[in-house]
Amino acid sequence: MSEVVLKTEGVSKNFGGLYAVRNVSVAFEHGRVEVIIGPNGAGKTTLINLLSGDLAPTDGRIVYRGRDVTGLPAHRLSKKGIGRSYQITNIFPQFTVHRNVWLASQSRLPSCMRFLRPAGRYRQVAERVDRALSLAEIAHRAGDVAAQISHGEQRRLEIAMLLAAEPDVLLLDEPLAGMGAEETGGIVTLIRSLARDHCVVLIEHDMDAVFAVADYLTVMVGGSILESGPPDVIRASEDVRRAYLGDSSTAVLAGAAAP
Amino acid sequence: MVTIPNRRVAVALALVFAALAVVPLVGETYALKVATRMIVFAIFAMSLDLLLGYTGLVSFGHAAFFGLSAYSLQLVSPESEAANLITALPQCLGVTAAAAALIGMLVVRTAGIYFIMSTLALAQMFFFFFHDSPIAGGSDGAYIWYKPVLTIGATALLDLDGRETLYYFALACLVLCYGFLVVVLRSPFGEVIQGIRVNEHRMRALGYDTRRFKLVSFVLSALMAGLAGFLFACIDGFVAPQLLGWRESGIGLVMVILGGMGTLYGSIIGAFAFIGMEEIVRDRQFTGVMAEHWQILMGVFVIVVVLFLKNGLAGLFAEPPIRRPATKEEP
Repeated sequence: MSEVVLKTEGVSKNFGGLYAVRNVSVAFEHGRVEVIIGPNGAGKTTLINLLSGDLAPTDGRIVYRGRDVTGLPAHRLSKKGIGRSYQITNIFPQFTVHRNVWLASQSRLPSCMRFLRPAGRYRQVAERVDRALSLAEIAHRAGDVAAQISHGEQRRLEIAMLLAAEPDVLLLDEPLAGMGAEETGGIVTLIRSLARDHCVVLIEHDMDAVFAVADYLTVMVGGSILESGPPDVIRASEDVRRAYLGDSSTAVLAGAAAP
Repeated sequence: MVTIPNRRVAVALALVFAALAVVPLVGETYALKVATRMIVFAIFAMSLDLLLGYTGLVSFGHAAFFGLSAYSLQLVSPESEAANLITALPQCLGVTAAAAALIGMLVVRTAGIYFIMSTLALAQMFFFFFHDSPIAGGSDGAYIWYKPVLTIGATALLDLDGRETLYYFALACLVLCYGFLVVVLRSPFGEVIQGIRVNEHRMRALGYDTRRFKLVSFVLSALMAGLAGFLFACIDGFVAPQLLGWRESGIGLVMVILGGMGTLYGSIIGAFAFIGMEEIVRDRQFTGVMAEHWQILMGVFVIVVVLFLKNGLAGLFAEPPIRRPATKEEP
């Protein structure tokens, strides 16, 4: 089970003298939900951007399944199996849910410069769409226009689009952003179930959800890793409380600690 | 969004094509000429709809390809005999495709208003090239004395000098272009360009190299515009720099918008309505003294349609529900 899929070795990202991420070494394992937490400006999204190839690191290496993938662009990494979803919902609002997922699935064809055979006849593409729709539990909405489904369903659609490309690493940037309590519970269950055969890396602010979903936590502060470990360890850590959370948030942690 | 017409539209289209097929049997020469022009512009407008309504690229320089192909025919036609269609058409389309690839590589790097401006500017360069150089008569234009003839071996199969032959040839081209575009828009390529129209950033994030797809769409569209230009040059046997000008590009856009973008058949309706209306308002019989000021009437017509029909004339047909790619068994 404990197989490292994706890791960084001393990566840094420097924006004109400002280090958003500084000398970060972290390893993510298959079959686990890995959560990155930290205050605003800690470099969490930058780290995700480095892992997904949206940004190239200034320094250090990124290794995916034993191969150095440092500096590869996002579309290459996504073909290799690293998929990501965005903090802000980014879909095709006028298209149906099915067609949204279709476009994601179709991107796995060796080439889409195919002009004659109807897209609907590509069976593998269609099978991936169906699998992703049912994994993300959004299949009942397949025929609806994406703009007209609820926010929570749109987040599920994002996850379905991610799954349609059949990645083995899922990078989720605040998958619960803007969701009500009921919807949150559903997504948390979904993420837990995806962790069985994926490596899930996610950023989250909702502490209740974080402790409900995480197998392993990494705490970032000021671009560096402050501490990492299983939820119990992080919950008990004085350093984390002091440096990251401060007084008011101590209550949040304590609250989350008490079941 | 809907590429495959619903049954009502398909039946209507079949009837229209059937009606068009009998025009030469009933119409006199002038009517036949107008009908040929309608068909040619329907091909032109449809080619523009591929960019406008499906790829989300507003090209304001599409007439450059229309005109360039027309000029190419003038230039490849010998002065004292007819060019062979089998060689002339590929030559004209080849020139058009090369120009489109060149222009396309530059313009697909831009988006929005910059795309409009850069296509306009590059097309105007072609206009002024033919306007200000002695090639093909400069600003006066030039004649194509002998229309192309389809010759295989020693037998002449099709002579585009014949009004009816040209008409049927153009009609066949229209039907083929329509069918071709319907097929292409259902293919994986078609799905990609329609995704680009809605959310190009997301398409890139999904791993599509969107510039390549936009470029191919641009060249395909230009090729079809080139076919229309080739046919247009055969109608009057005359080419003038105006064919490449921005006014011609604008007329194409008006036709597409009038008919309804993103439907393909809307472009056909738009072209027919535009030219048909033009013929009516310019005729003293119908509009009396206003015939002299026919442009005002055209303007009113276009404004009324755009104001009251949200999806253009094609919107008059029931809007079928948006469909997802149907999953079918392997044939």
